[in-house]
Amino acid sequence: MDNLLAARTQMALSLGFHIVFASIGIAMPFLMALAHLRYLRGGDPVDRDLTKAWSKGVAIFFAIGAVSGTVLSFELGLLWPRFMDHAGAIIGMPFSWEGTAFFLEAIALGIFLYGWERVPRWIHWGSGVVVGVSGVASGVFVVCANAWMNSPAGFDWNGGQPTAIDPWKAMFNPAAATEGLHMIVAAFEAVGFAVAGVHAWLLLKTRLDLHRRAFRLALIVASGAAILQPLVGDVSAKSVARRQPIKLAAMEGHFQTERGASLIVGGWPDAEAMQTRMAIRIPRLLSFLAFGDLDHEVKGLADFPRDQWPPIAPTHVAFQVMVGLGSLLAVLGLFGLAALRFAPDWLDRPQVLRLFAWSTPLGFLALEAGWVVTEVGRQPWIIYGLLRTVDALTPRPGVVYTLGLYAVTYALLAVIAVALLGRQIRLLDRQQGGART
Amino acid sequence: MINVMAIILLFLALSLLFYVLFGGADFGAGILELRLGKTLRDEQQELMAHAVAPVWEANHMWLILVVVILFMGFPRVYTELSTYLFLPIMAILLGIVVRGCAFTFRHYDTLTPRPQGLYRWAYRLSSLWTAFFLGVIAGAPFLGRISPQGSSFYEVYVASWLNPFCLVLGCFTVAIFALLAAVYLVGEASDGALAALFRRRAVFLAVTVVVLGAVLFAAAEAADVAMTRLFFGNPVCCGVFALATLLLVPFWWCLRSKQGTVAVRALGAGIIACVLLGWFVLQYPVALRYAGGLPPLTFAEAAAPDATQRSLLGALVVGSCLIFPSLIYLLKIFKGETFRRTS
Repeated sequence: MDNLLAARTQMALSLGFHIVFASIGIAMPFLMALAHLRYLRGGDPVDRDLTKAWSKGVAIFFAIGAVSGTVLSFELGLLWPRFMDHAGAIIGMPFSWEGTAFFLEAIALGIFLYGWERVPRWIHWGSGVVVGVSGVASGVFVVCANAWMNSPAGFDWNGGQPTAIDPWKAMFNPAAATEGLHMIVAAFEAVGFAVAGVHAWLLLKTRLDLHRRAFRLALIVASGAAILQPLVGDVSAKSVARRQPIKLAAMEGHFQTERGASLIVGGWPDAEAMQTRMAIRIPRLLSFLAFGDLDHEVKGLADFPRDQWPPIAPTHVAFQVMVGLGSLLAVLGLFGLAALRFAPDWLDRPQVLRLFAWSTPLGFLALEAGWVVTEVGRQPWIIYGLLRTVDALTPRPGVVYTLGLYAVTYALLAVIAVALLGRQIRLLDRQQGGART
Repeated sequence: MINVMAIILLFLALSLLFYVLFGGADFGAGILELRLGKTLRDEQQELMAHAVAPVWEANHMWLILVVVILFMGFPRVYTELSTYLFLPIMAILLGIVVRGCAFTFRHYDTLTPRPQGLYRWAYRLSSLWTAFFLGVIAGAPFLGRISPQGSSFYEVYVASWLNPFCLVLGCFTVAIFALLAAVYLVGEASDGALAALFRRRAVFLAVTVVVLGAVLFAAAEAADVAMTRLFFGNPVCCGVFALATLLLVPFWWCLRSKQGTVAVRALGAGIIACVLLGWFVLQYPVALRYAGGLPPLTFAEAAAPDATQRSLLGALVVGSCLIFPSLIYLLKIFKGETFRRTS
């Protein structure tokens, strides 16, 4: 494996690992604060137990997220020093704000976890909310930096060097708002369905009242996000269409420039033959979705030099996976909200619970697929249109060995974290044994 | 413009200082656990876990701040360090990951006692390992063996940190972290026998720190770096050296006489702060030195453009206004009683 591929794989692995924990850090504190609010208002001990159970989840996943995030902050330099040489001064700003948000999150989490009976109850509740708000802020800031890589702004590029740097303009680049919103909603969607799914599965097994409440609370959050996401995603896609036409073409497997372009659903893009095989084509829909006009011209890959193409097949397939799962979850979300409103008893039926239990990983799969679209779809550039990924690579040899070390570490951590979650749930069931209904 | 950079450097120095004083003590607790002795083993562990648990995540954030200031304010320093010192940096990252996870798992995985031994040892060894490599990394930019034009992998990526000076600094860092932990725990222990135990450790570690400090100067001289002359030729360094020596007297008295559990913590932290201050002054204005007669990289040369520096400073000031009050609140909740109890 050459150094570039090894470095890209290592980065993908680290980001793919971290994003799971970062998303939990964004959404889970709000679930915890919701349960806590119910407890503070109603005083029901089941709500308190649920709050404590979820706060343990937050604590465990925050700890792993904090250390994997630390690794990432060093890894940018370890793998892409030439990128940081150019970009550090331009997009350091969102990272410095992210540092502040991360710090506040850690402080607030300490107060929340160990503050039971030690701080006034509403300050205690507020510290839980601060954990969530800081998590969202961290997420937004980091995505601002990623958006800048897709849509560089806030500087002039003179002979390979940035001049006239404006960090504010760089931070609030054209892609920042859409990408940030898309990610935050995705975090709530992925975490919501994962939590609802786990509790649905536990409800099938134990019929504990705690799991019923947990399932329904998480379902509200998950459904809301899932219904919102197609709209947010549409805005994101329109932004990509304007800024990165080649990425859009790769996402769609769209090779020939045409007016009234069809939407290509599924299939396998064949870069040699310049066509996407075995796909369903819906006439003129791509033009409409990308530009809001049935006859608008959509640039195809053929219009771009071959050495600027991203890897087509992974981008296209990942995009299909993301949109497919997103649509499925939106339908599931509509069903869930309707059931909550009109027929809550349905949500105790084993068939329905099984449906949600099987959906546990879908939100996270969609989230990971979305990041594959963003990152692979930006290749061969690390800063779109300006700096190629290969030119940012570290000069040191043998990146493949550090990749191996990271892979082993992350695999071990993932196994331990999942095992730990299982053991936490067993511990909870043991404590809740008396509360069976 | 120099003023903006100077203030940013001040923030950098403060973040490093707080990382050592707070985060370092958390590492130190893990290091102290390696030798619990024969008596009060469970009580010691419980006290340390109790002392570290609510604050360690926040204390770790000072390191994040150091990294952020470096890569936004001084991108070249960040990229040079992460290229040529990638091996020890990978070592601390591995240590940070293992340690954070082991600590959390140890706290929450209470279903069965079986994996506890694994978490405990992973936590202790990674505390020692990370502290050691943090010291090693700190030594390399000062020593000046970084050689971008070296001919072999060993010369470019290993020789700059695998040398007696950096290894001694690694040990020195381990001793400092352990000393801080022992001193803070003297104050946190409500039980007299427990406090006496940590007092004895603090005495031993204080002696170790002084001895290793002397060895460090010797190692620098042996490596042809005139650290002694540079240090004692600098009035600020002489000043902090004198202050640290002066503080040692009441510190020693507190430790021996079992008095002043608040003062002992303040004095211990003060002495370590003096050591760090001396190091900062010794290092400034150079960020890192190279081997083979290449000119050193100064902070001024590595500094990001003005607009970036100004916005970084803005972020740091606003961030401090948010972080400091909440951090003080956190410490007041969880550490306040350990100060009230004794005064």
